[in-house]
Amino acid sequence: MASNGLKIAIVGGGLAGLAAAMKIAEAGHEVDLISVVPVKRSHSVCAQGGINGAVNTKGEGDSPAKHLDDTVYGGDFLANQTPVKRMCDMAPQIIYLFDRMGVPFSRTKEGLMDFRRFGGTLHHRTAFAGASTGQQLLYALDEQVRKWEVAGKVNKYEGWEMLSLVLDDHQVCRGLIAMNLQTLELKAFAADAVIMATGGPGLIFGKSTNSMTCTGSATSACYQQGARYGNGEFIQVHPTSIPGEDKLRLMSESARGEGGRVWVPRNKGDERKPKDIPESERWYFLEEKYPAFGNLVTRDIATREIFQVCLEGMGVGGENQVYLDLTHIPAETLTRKLGAILEIYEMFVGDDPRYVPMRIFPGVHYSMGGLWVDFEQRTSIPGLFAAGECDYSIHGANRLGANSLVSCVYGGFTAAPSAIEYAKNVERGATETNGVHEAELKRQQEINDAIVRNEGTENQYKLHEELGKWMTDNVTVVRYNDRLKATDDKLLELIDRFKHISINDSNLWATQAVPHARQLWNMLQLARVITLGALNRNESRGAHYKPEFPERDDEHWMKSTIAEYSEEAPVFSYESIDTSLIEPRKRDYSSKKTPAAKMPKPGSELKPEGRAEMLVREGERIRKGESIKE
Amino acid sequence: MSETNGQHEKKRLENPPKSVKIKIQRRENEKAQALWETFEIPYRRNLNVISALMEIRKNPLTIDGKKTTPPVWDMSCLEQVCGICTMVIDGGVRQSCSALIDDLLLASGGDTVTLEPMSKFPNIRDLKVDRSRMFDHLKQVHAWIELDGTYDLGPGPHISNEIAQERYKYSRCMTCGCCLEACPQYSGDQYIGPQAIAQARLFNMHPTGKITMDERLEGLTGDDGITNCGNAQNCIQVCPMSIPLTRAIYETNRDMTVHALFGWLKK
Repeated sequence: MASNGLKIAIVGGGLAGLAAAMKIAEAGHEVDLISVVPVKRSHSVCAQGGINGAVNTKGEGDSPAKHLDDTVYGGDFLANQTPVKRMCDMAPQIIYLFDRMGVPFSRTKEGLMDFRRFGGTLHHRTAFAGASTGQQLLYALDEQVRKWEVAGKVNKYEGWEMLSLVLDDHQVCRGLIAMNLQTLELKAFAADAVIMATGGPGLIFGKSTNSMTCTGSATSACYQQGARYGNGEFIQVHPTSIPGEDKLRLMSESARGEGGRVWVPRNKGDERKPKDIPESERWYFLEEKYPAFGNLVTRDIATREIFQVCLEGMGVGGENQVYLDLTHIPAETLTRKLGAILEIYEMFVGDDPRYVPMRIFPGVHYSMGGLWVDFEQRTSIPGLFAAGECDYSIHGANRLGANSLVSCVYGGFTAAPSAIEYAKNVERGATETNGVHEAELKRQQEINDAIVRNEGTENQYKLHEELGKWMTDNVTVVRYNDRLKATDDKLLELIDRFKHISINDSNLWATQAVPHARQLWNMLQLARVITLGALNRNESRGAHYKPEFPERDDEHWMKSTIAEYSEEAPVFSYESIDTSLIEPRKRDYSSKKTPAAKMPKPGSELKPEGRAEMLVREGERIRKGESIKE
Repeated sequence: MSETNGQHEKKRLENPPKSVKIKIQRRENEKAQALWETFEIPYRRNLNVISALMEIRKNPLTIDGKKTTPPVWDMSCLEQVCGICTMVIDGGVRQSCSALIDDLLLASGGDTVTLEPMSKFPNIRDLKVDRSRMFDHLKQVHAWIELDGTYDLGPGPHISNEIAQERYKYSRCMTCGCCLEACPQYSGDQYIGPQAIAQARLFNMHPTGKITMDERLEGLTGDDGITNCGNAQNCIQVCPMSIPLTRAIYETNRDMTVHALFGWLKK
């Protein structure tokens, strides 16, 4: 480690990780960037529709305050409002910065950035680059970070997977252990601070819209080493995905943003081709139920409606599918605005969505939950920070479309100065020589050795399939307590059977079996957090829906779920929400007009008070190693 | 529109076989001898190459019943946007996620799909290769915009939507390496290849990027530079993102000529 400059390790090279890396390098410090894949191939490339920011170029009177209200309301009042406000305030600057970096945003006649509509808002607030905005934003950061790599400020470790944190005797994070995915060599990365930016845990559900790298493994490792995990049970199921053998491919919300309509035949069992079914015999159920928002109602609601329609046997051909129809829009317009995603559909399904309505069904997409962080992106472990999908802040009980990209960049831009500030002040002490790194390295090597030695009869890929099936069937759109309980019993069984796996690969060079086994163990642990969090929460809020408890219950449940690891089972506690800016109100998208929000006064300075202030104080105390009692 | 409707639906295999054979070129590591192993899996309508490989990985038994190691390959997004799962399939380089078994059998008329690793990059194991060289090429051509800083300086320059759309085409490059695999001039270090040239073009087209165009062109003047292009035009045939690679080479060549001329005059 350089003796004068700071060294910060970042795990994950998606939008959040690269955003943090760029800021830290720009501030003159050194970054070790650890990523399972070359960073340009991170899951952020899959984000399609756009990035939200209230730039108000359409004369609609949009503002960051409205963006804040839409986000908090859309999230069903589970998010702490202070960080949401900071994100919405920063959003226009973030978009402008990407514009300066050369992202080919779609533009207006005047040559300004164009904005489209997205779910959960009535404003044109979403900047976009075709329909592959995530790819374009990630590339822009990849390019800037490459420049810093050339300048010697960023050291990339691509093809390395984090296995654990290095914690000293006071539970302070002093670095991490990662594994080279070719050689299986383990290496200790000493660092003054560590930023987690590892994305979501979609693979816990087997098939999802996530990339194959999105196991949640590294965040689960942090959780198992003592980091608090927040709101794990809030899993977004995207209303429109394309079912496949290997994964569920995302069909972006922008398809509806550009006018796509969801429908099924009014008559059950109508077997005519879609174009032969006249308007009067089509049931546009979202438009009928939600006149103001129509097809752009929030994702949790659209998903449940589609699910319900299919449960009632009204799905196309009696199957789990509904039409997403763009055929009323000129083919040329579709190609220009949505080309990339229409190509995906055409490539994998074969039909051309410009002429044939797409068949879609909901699919697991995003985790609102993640590592608990305070308002400065600090986790409960001193020296450990988190940003992007792997942290629990911002989205509450349901994420709005096009808010993920902006939250990733906001998280990275906030975690970076926060980590620098911490690193400047932390006592390094004797941590470079007192053996904590070696000790953790040895512990991790022993786990690997045990996996390699194991000769049981269980197959790790089949266990993963079982995990995915149970989680998808019981812990997604509709949740029942008896099934959640049964799922946790199943998870315990899988954890037990895991001990009898055999890696089935006699060649350890570049083997994928050992990393997968490590990931699978971590996924099983995190699955319990998701499942038991859902079991405990007896209400319905955002993406979490229980027919037995169909209403939101603010009195008992307007609280963040906090899970802490113990060997037996996760230990849950609950933390009240910072509602200092917008008074909670009932969420209702079905009326013509949305209920008016109580806005913060224009120009009013944010004063974290009451609960918010307490949360900040609590964060301070945690960092000092004091125990917190609710 | 109605008269075209028929053509917009997919052509499917009419009499699919009960099972599909997957023939894979195996290699224990970079230095090991390549050998072939064939596997057989039940046919399903929506199989792609990735799901076939996943099926094999679960229980790696060859068609002769011999227990073997699970095949190793790279995969991530499975939506043909990350570029990592590129390999040579039935002789053509492409992403394995978007290669549907149905289409492959329809094209070949047979019951076997053949998988090989890309040949122009160092092999790691089986179908996995090391393409880090392509990222080094991006450094060589300074494929980025020079910023004064990432603090708030307002929006970027006005740009017409036409230029934005033209740049978008180049900006979709996922560094998959198909163009290099297909290029007869590309092998090892002799030629930087189409991807880096197209990325230089992407930034040279931007009003801010244009300011530092010379630095980018500099990276293309060396022994491995743009003059190595033999105009075979294979690159544009195989690019999965339909990037106008030959146009990038042509336009960059034009910029180079101007650059050489004025560069000389400046001295």
